[in-house]
Amino acid sequence: MTDEITPELFAHLVELAALELDAQEAGYLRRQLNYQLKAIHELEAIPLDDDTPVTSHGVAYTPEISQPPRADEWQPYPAPQDILAQAPEVDEGYIVVPETPTTPLE
Amino acid sequence: MELCDLSAVELYRLLRERKTSAVEILQSTLERIGEVEGRMGALENTDLTEEDRQKVHAFITLTDERALEQARRVDERLASGEDPGVLAGIPVSIKDIFCVRGTPSTAASRILANFIAPYTATPVERLEQAGALLVGKVNLDEFTYGSSNESSAFKPTPRNPWDPSRVPGGSSGGSAASVAAGESVLSLGTDTAGSIRQPASFCGVVGLKPTYGRVSRYGLIAFASSLDCPGPLAKDVSGAAMMLQVIAGADPRDSTTATVPVPDYLAELEKGVKGLRIGLSPDYFRITYPTPDGGFEQQPVPAEIEQAVRRAADLLRQMGAEIIEDVPMPNTRYGIPAYFVISRVEAASNLHRYDGVKYGYRTPQPVADLREMYRKTRAEGFGIQPKLRILMGMYVSAAQYSARYYQRALRVRTLIRRDFEQAFDPNGPYRLDALLTPTTPTTAFEMDAVYGDSVLMQYADQLTVPANHAGVPGLSIPAGLDARGLPIGIQLLGADFSEDILLRIGRAYELATEGEAWRSARPRVLA
Repeated sequence: MTDEITPELFAHLVELAALELDAQEAGYLRRQLNYQLKAIHELEAIPLDDDTPVTSHGVAYTPEISQPPRADEWQPYPAPQDILAQAPEVDEGYIVVPETPTTPLE
Repeated sequence: MELCDLSAVELYRLLRERKTSAVEILQSTLERIGEVEGRMGALENTDLTEEDRQKVHAFITLTDERALEQARRVDERLASGEDPGVLAGIPVSIKDIFCVRGTPSTAASRILANFIAPYTATPVERLEQAGALLVGKVNLDEFTYGSSNESSAFKPTPRNPWDPSRVPGGSSGGSAASVAAGESVLSLGTDTAGSIRQPASFCGVVGLKPTYGRVSRYGLIAFASSLDCPGPLAKDVSGAAMMLQVIAGADPRDSTTATVPVPDYLAELEKGVKGLRIGLSPDYFRITYPTPDGGFEQQPVPAEIEQAVRRAADLLRQMGAEIIEDVPMPNTRYGIPAYFVISRVEAASNLHRYDGVKYGYRTPQPVADLREMYRKTRAEGFGIQPKLRILMGMYVSAAQYSARYYQRALRVRTLIRRDFEQAFDPNGPYRLDALLTPTTPTTAFEMDAVYGDSVLMQYADQLTVPANHAGVPGLSIPAGLDARGLPIGIQLLGADFSEDILLRIGRAYELATEGEAWRSARPRVLA
């Protein structure tokens, strides 16, 4: 039986996910993904009427039990330096990141 | 019996009768932590010693000084005649998936190991306002991804206080283990597929997954946003009711919380079960799981687990409940395959924020550009389980596969929800107040026995995950011990916002069994 997630497709997913994997991790993860997909295929055998809607979460957000949107008001945080202190690299209040790759427009 | 072994209600009474103080309760709890905890979870992954194998390892961070300050404040308020709050003097542990200002809030992941939360989650804020003593942050599966607590980046991972060679369950394993071992009286956990109820069952404590929207998720580090529910773990049903009373209710900072009024759970607790209709379903007495060759196997749940459920039904019948047999819940078996899709899509989306830019881990390696920094940071910061969920989430939500997988899973969720709507419909054929089921297909399994097999591990949640898809509340309560002396849990599922009824039934079962021998058994780490 052919694996649904081939090595080529797997490599593409890893790139999209912004990950790097060593060979052992890659082997384990691809094997588990294909194993999980076998379980997921059970869903395909379930008869679904064309009008069966999606349920995005179990309890519906009806107006009767939902909060009105809160006022769109700016609330200052009392200690912004504590938040900036979490950043791996800062310079005079700015968060520093490595060079951003760019592609020149033709 | 030490103070730390008493329930929240017993401590509430002792404190108000001035027979003890909050500081004494805290001291008792910290002494117990000193006796049974061993090394707390840390990133340095040193080999386990023989002593490590006998300890609980529930915590990642102790906040004992914060708790001592809170205890002194409670005692001062009591001395001056003020009301110190419903949970005054009660030691509480917090699953380390909640932000608590000024504490490491790690999600048990290397990628957040150095993150100090700049704000406090609403449920934690409400616990502290109610006088609870925050003793520490407890371990979990990394980002809650697991059912055994073995995927945590913080080692040693928690062990089951009843048998430390076995897992405490997960992902709220540290929460359940800390309550079972007397290291906290209550714990705040989260439940996405059973992560409160399954460890509660494995560790012989009470765990409640509230209705989706009953408890605020503000300050909860998100896994699967349509499924995550914060909730209590407690020594008994009354403790769970007290804690839910405090944390439930609308929160302007979480628009998904419902405005449904919060009932007085404690006032309802002793009303008994007379006239309640409680269902049993054959679909919860068997488990279906895939085999590596692509087939499926179906097995009955172990006899001693089924017997525990049927005995509970008999006791509840004797107390005046009506037991309705053969309630069909035909879509129960699809809960896990649908969860494999829905939870992964939501997890992958939520995990994209961890990129080494604003907070958390950043690779120390030299990098050529931003993209390489992202890749190396995420490769080094995430463990294997988050990586697995990101990859699956990206695959099944891709444009060309979404209709086949993600959209279909969301429609299957509709079928699961309909099972519950039919069972609880007041005008329907069953008109149930609750469904009584096993919590788990097994009792606690041995460490390393399942970890690594991501499919088998997920099927540990087969009997708990339907409630997450449907959004309905679920309560797991201890219901005896198996032949190995391991706790068995039974589960009560109810209609939206019917936590008061589930707690009533659970309390009635506690009263009916309070004199039984298994009730006086103690976890092995306390022997």
